[in-house]
Amino acid sequence: MSEALNELGALIEAKRPDCVRAWDVSHDELNIDVAPSNIVDFMDFLKTEPTCKFTSLIDLTAVDYPERTKRFDVVYHLLSMHQNQRVRLRVSIRQDDTIASITSVHPGADWFERETFDMFGILFTGHPDLRRLLTDYGFRGYPLRKDFPTTGYTEVRYDEEQKRVVYEPVSLTQEYRQFDFMSPWEGAEYILPGDEKEGAK
Amino acid sequence: MDGSKGFDDAKTGEQKIRNFNLNFGPQHPAAHGVLRLVLELDGEIVERCDPHVGLLHRGTEKLMESRTYLQNLPYFDRLDYVAPMNQEHAWCLAIEKLTGTVVPRRGQLIRVLYSEIGRVLNHLMNVTTQAMDVGALTPPLWGFEEREKLMIFYERACGARLHAAYFRPGGVHQDLPDALLDDIEEWALEFPARMDDIDGLLTENRIFKQRNVDIGVVDAKMVQEFGFSGVMARSAGLAWDLRRAQPYECYDEFEFQVPIGKNGDCYDRYLMRMEEMRQSTSIIRQAIVKLREATGDVIARGKITPPKRGDMKTSMESLIHHFKLYTEGFHVPAGEVYAAVEAPKGEFGVYLVADGSNKPYRAKIRAPGYAHLQAMDTIATGHQLADVAAIIGTMDIVFGEIDR
Repeated sequence: MSEALNELGALIEAKRPDCVRAWDVSHDELNIDVAPSNIVDFMDFLKTEPTCKFTSLIDLTAVDYPERTKRFDVVYHLLSMHQNQRVRLRVSIRQDDTIASITSVHPGADWFERETFDMFGILFTGHPDLRRLLTDYGFRGYPLRKDFPTTGYTEVRYDEEQKRVVYEPVSLTQEYRQFDFMSPWEGAEYILPGDEKEGAK
Repeated sequence: MDGSKGFDDAKTGEQKIRNFNLNFGPQHPAAHGVLRLVLELDGEIVERCDPHVGLLHRGTEKLMESRTYLQNLPYFDRLDYVAPMNQEHAWCLAIEKLTGTVVPRRGQLIRVLYSEIGRVLNHLMNVTTQAMDVGALTPPLWGFEEREKLMIFYERACGARLHAAYFRPGGVHQDLPDALLDDIEEWALEFPARMDDIDGLLTENRIFKQRNVDIGVVDAKMVQEFGFSGVMARSAGLAWDLRRAQPYECYDEFEFQVPIGKNGDCYDRYLMRMEEMRQSTSIIRQAIVKLREATGDVIARGKITPPKRGDMKTSMESLIHHFKLYTEGFHVPAGEVYAAVEAPKGEFGVYLVADGSNKPYRAKIRAPGYAHLQAMDTIATGHQLADVAAIIGTMDIVFGEIDR
């Protein structure tokens, strides 16, 4: 299995050295890091190249790494039913970068790109209809970014007097509990009570 | 509807006809949940269909980032709540892939058994409620009776009728009693007769055929463009089943046929689901025979699974391990994997990014219904309004998994 993937990775790199930045095979899966500039072209290549034929877009999402300068990884999962092969493409972009939409190659990318825009605020240029998809009408913020709190900022309730649903800032009767069960020997970031002087030494 | 402003004579022939916009759902019984469709109608013909989803969005992926791997497992029951265990399966496979855990044989067989029960649960629900959408009331009543029996099997295995949390990373939570296996086998022998009953009601029914034949046709090109999977892909003639193409667990040992459609219409998909139920029943029977021989542990004992109850009474290490497992959770080595299963609705996948801690850094749930529903505009355009309900029905839409 991984031999075939190694071959495939080498082949793709040899044919499109301008697009492939790096590739590796881990956990029996082929990962390719792609340059953001010609992602559409590369998608089209993977779709039409007879040895690849990655005709189905299975998934499109993003991962947020706030500590990196290139904050987002946009991740594409492709499937070739013809070759019975999968491939994962990763494109790193900065927070204010935009990335070209691949809806012209895979029409099925439509909702996946809308969702990624909705959740991460990544703009896909050339997308026919880049509206929010899963969040509420009029929602603000990008929930899956790491700096967005799990509780969100607004909450809704039905107001008996106004006879309608009203939006209010979140007020929790008890603070949102985020337990840190990591043991202190395994890289916990907090200082244990009584250990305050330890760091000063 | 009324393009009649400034118009007073029906014979002038210069009428202005404006398309009619219609809100379908979110409280429509044929919307199979909270789907809001904004339909643009020309008379009774659908010109444009814009699905508004997200009314059941619970932020599962965000919540998962702040919970341990084991705490995240029950969220998967709440995705596609019609066949809960199939979703858990994908999550377990993803964790097992990263940690390199091998599931013991009996655990694998139980997983196959309950995945197939899940498939029957799902198809029973889908086929019969779709029949209700097109005007038949009896099939759901008969189908739900069988579903009830299957849910009791769920309950007897794990204590819950719906939100099972039964598949665990490394195997399944508890072993099955022998009496349960006997009862499932008895059910599996009787069930084909119940299938024949539903078959007799629907398959050659004139109204049912009029409502389904040549409705919502998908072709192979569309399947690949929109990333369809499962029955939707197979109805267009693509023999693509992950249980066959990329076998997981011990599916390669089982004998079953994968039904393929010819026309890609709603009626084909109905026939295929009926046949898949028969195949699943056969897999269930095979699994029970194998389960009677395969005795042994159902979960791989190790870092990511709890110790045996007996060990906890005698060994201090086991007790500590148990305590740490259910508070801190287990650690998954850093890396990223994508694990997919052939859920009843299609390819259900989990993309898991682990950073070496006890919580997933990012988990993306790939729901099959999501890809199917986004093709709604393409499929429904040109059909009549009444066909929209039939199409939604055979697409097998469940909002738990689409909105996540």
